[in-house]
Amino acid sequence: MASGIKDKVVIAGMGCSRFGERWSSGPDDLMIEAFEEALADSGLERDRIEAAWLGVFFDEQSVGKSSLPLSMALRLPNVPTTRVENLCATGTEALRGAVYAVAAGACDIALAMGVEKLKDTGFGGLPERTKGTFEDLYLPSSTAPGAFAQLASAYAGKHGYSMADLKRAMAHISCKSHENATRNPKAHLRNRVTEQQVLDAPLISYPLGVLDCCGVSDGAACAIVTTPAIARGLGKRDVVSVQALQLAPSNGVEMGHRSWDGTHTLTTPLAARRAYAEAGLTDPRGQIDLIEVHDCFSITELVLMEDLGLSDIGRAPHDVMDGRYDRDGAIPCQIDGGLKCFGHPIGATGLRMAYEIYLQLLGRAGDRQTRGHSGRGPSIGLTHNLGGIPNRNIASVSIFGLRAA
Amino acid sequence: MAVEAARSCIGGSGGSAAAASPELLYLCSTSAPFADRDDARMVAAALGLPDDVETLNLSASLRAGTGGLISAARRPSAPTLVVASDARLTRPGSAQELSYGDAAAACLVGPPSGDALASIIAMRSIGSDFVDHYRMAGVDFDYALEERWIRDEAILSLVPRLIREVLAAAGCDSGAVRHFAMPAGAALAKRLAESTGLGTAKRDEAVLAGCGDAGAALPLLLLAASLESAAPGDLILAVGMGQGVDAVLLRAERGVREAPPVLTNALLTRREESSYVRYLSHRGLLEVDFGMRAERDQRTAHSVAYRKREALSGFTGGRCEQCGTVQFPRSRVCVNPDCRALDRQVPHGFADSRGRVKTFTEDWQAYSARPPCVYGNVEFAEGGNLFMEFTDIEPGELQVNDALRFVYRIKDEDRMRGFRRYFWKATKAQAP
Repeated sequence: MASGIKDKVVIAGMGCSRFGERWSSGPDDLMIEAFEEALADSGLERDRIEAAWLGVFFDEQSVGKSSLPLSMALRLPNVPTTRVENLCATGTEALRGAVYAVAAGACDIALAMGVEKLKDTGFGGLPERTKGTFEDLYLPSSTAPGAFAQLASAYAGKHGYSMADLKRAMAHISCKSHENATRNPKAHLRNRVTEQQVLDAPLISYPLGVLDCCGVSDGAACAIVTTPAIARGLGKRDVVSVQALQLAPSNGVEMGHRSWDGTHTLTTPLAARRAYAEAGLTDPRGQIDLIEVHDCFSITELVLMEDLGLSDIGRAPHDVMDGRYDRDGAIPCQIDGGLKCFGHPIGATGLRMAYEIYLQLLGRAGDRQTRGHSGRGPSIGLTHNLGGIPNRNIASVSIFGLRAA
Repeated sequence: MAVEAARSCIGGSGGSAAAASPELLYLCSTSAPFADRDDARMVAAALGLPDDVETLNLSASLRAGTGGLISAARRPSAPTLVVASDARLTRPGSAQELSYGDAAAACLVGPPSGDALASIIAMRSIGSDFVDHYRMAGVDFDYALEERWIRDEAILSLVPRLIREVLAAAGCDSGAVRHFAMPAGAALAKRLAESTGLGTAKRDEAVLAGCGDAGAALPLLLLAASLESAAPGDLILAVGMGQGVDAVLLRAERGVREAPPVLTNALLTRREESSYVRYLSHRGLLEVDFGMRAERDQRTAHSVAYRKREALSGFTGGRCEQCGTVQFPRSRVCVNPDCRALDRQVPHGFADSRGRVKTFTEDWQAYSARPPCVYGNVEFAEGGNLFMEFTDIEPGELQVNDALRFVYRIKDEDRMRGFRRYFWKATKAQAP
């Protein structure tokens, strides 16, 4: 029986670029911005990095293929580098590669970098790309908002909500993230919006309006991970350790089998269950202090509260409206603004979530610092990605904890 | 349209329960999508007909529809599916824009049988290189000559002569003809009827009014209209025109009593386009800015399209013989998480299945030639789920759990390489 990843690897330092429409910055600029912050934070010499993972999703229009763009931008000393891509879970995959390498003892210090340069697309929203040579011949020419909007029609139908009521809960989710982002200087969208503004916003894909959708942003985030012993050697007292890294990809059931009802993601509960077990969490609702989930669209965040086991099935709209996931709620969600407002440079997103949890656990989140269930600061945080679309995706759930070095 | 008409003729949605099996398929059209690619074979593939069905394209004359019928009737031992379909482009502002319509009709011609709708009693054709209108190869629009000249010199001179000849060949008195399926306007058809002793025969004016001049399909549409109102024993005279005239005399048989009124149903369930701009855009007559998303390369990987032809043309998926689960596409390993058997799937057709809306959206961001792009997860009645496009749905119309049927439609246009591909879409299953 494998012992899992818990407490084998700690974070030596993290960095995150400012997210947004970075017209004057290329992917190399963004990577350097995140890396220099992480390196300074870690207290390490750059040449102690023994291996690196690069996460990029839309390589075609930003850095191109392979891990070379990372090695070349940072002028790494020819250490092994690997490029990973797993849809919107790409950033988390880069972290998983680096953490597993250290846990395996293959190296002592590893770098995980995620970057995406989306604003060279030439139009708003995500680029249009092939879904595969066969898939293009029969799948609809769907967009991300259109694919996720499906959750809303099915959810409202199954749980007996009127679309108006469901839309109000979705609007609350968007307002909350906008509010949170006003306290985050690195966030892409830092304006407040009212629930009425969200409800009145132009329709993108029924029932999602433009303010139900996350920002399409440029950005990079990175982590330098190492062993607890090396972290101690660097003079660190409290460290953030990796408690769980779990992944659950679809195997085609949602696309082809009637058992999936379309109201939730099939994979997230699977990844969550494994992650809770790996981290040794027995009461996630009472133990997890804050969460960063894949809120690409307001409805996604809503159903994820149930998929992660934090809300009862069919009850998420009530919990959302009751403020359970607000900044001052029981389990703050997207305290940094989330994909919605911090932004969603795809390859960087998983690492950006980890960055916020890292800052929060170390009490370094400034204006947006949360206090956790104990009131003395959070000690356990969760990140979640959903790569793909509700009927064809990769869910990742990661758990981080605060430990004495 | 050809596929839909053929399905309503030989089985599938709206047709009789038992699908007939033709040995030949004629596609009669002056506007089929490909100049060099067997359009009729595409129709046969969409219908799921076996590959030994002979296909032939009849073209280049509006007489193609009746020509197909006559040609098939000359070889009655081989059941032939005659499909006539036309969607002709017209110049904005032209008289043709006002009078033309797009439609398809199909009939199955074969040896005498107990459930036949009609018997062919006599046929007669004459040819004449009379240029009432024309369209050179590679040109989009018809060039039409003066209607009065066409009326006097072609129609009034040739049609009565041929009608007399076909009635004589059948040894039949004109007064016995109950239905006159004449592809001409009401006034001209009346004049022709009166001059040939067919004044008491019924003429269906709803077809021209309801769908317009459907080119090669029009004579068969008029014949369908006559058959809908015919009683067994009624004589029907059907005419086709185009560089000559075809005349076919038929007698309605007992089958007309049981046949569903497919033409009436099609007109009842039609969708009307009320926006002229959208109509022009849809026919490619107005260059609309669809935005950069429309620039996506729609190149077809033809080796894939061929490898997956049964799935793409005939909407054929798989049914696992181990657990019974149906699925699309057919796959090596069963999708049922409790089964996952390897290589146990047999073909399963979804074209005639019914389904329901599991999830949907109306997407205003995705490229669609007719926004919004409506799509979602569809659950088939017999099981299985597919993420697919919907068609003929107005915004606000669709609801979760709505009943669906499936239709063969244009999927994508590759403008860069001049190629069009087709696939199946879901539409509301509504009782006519």
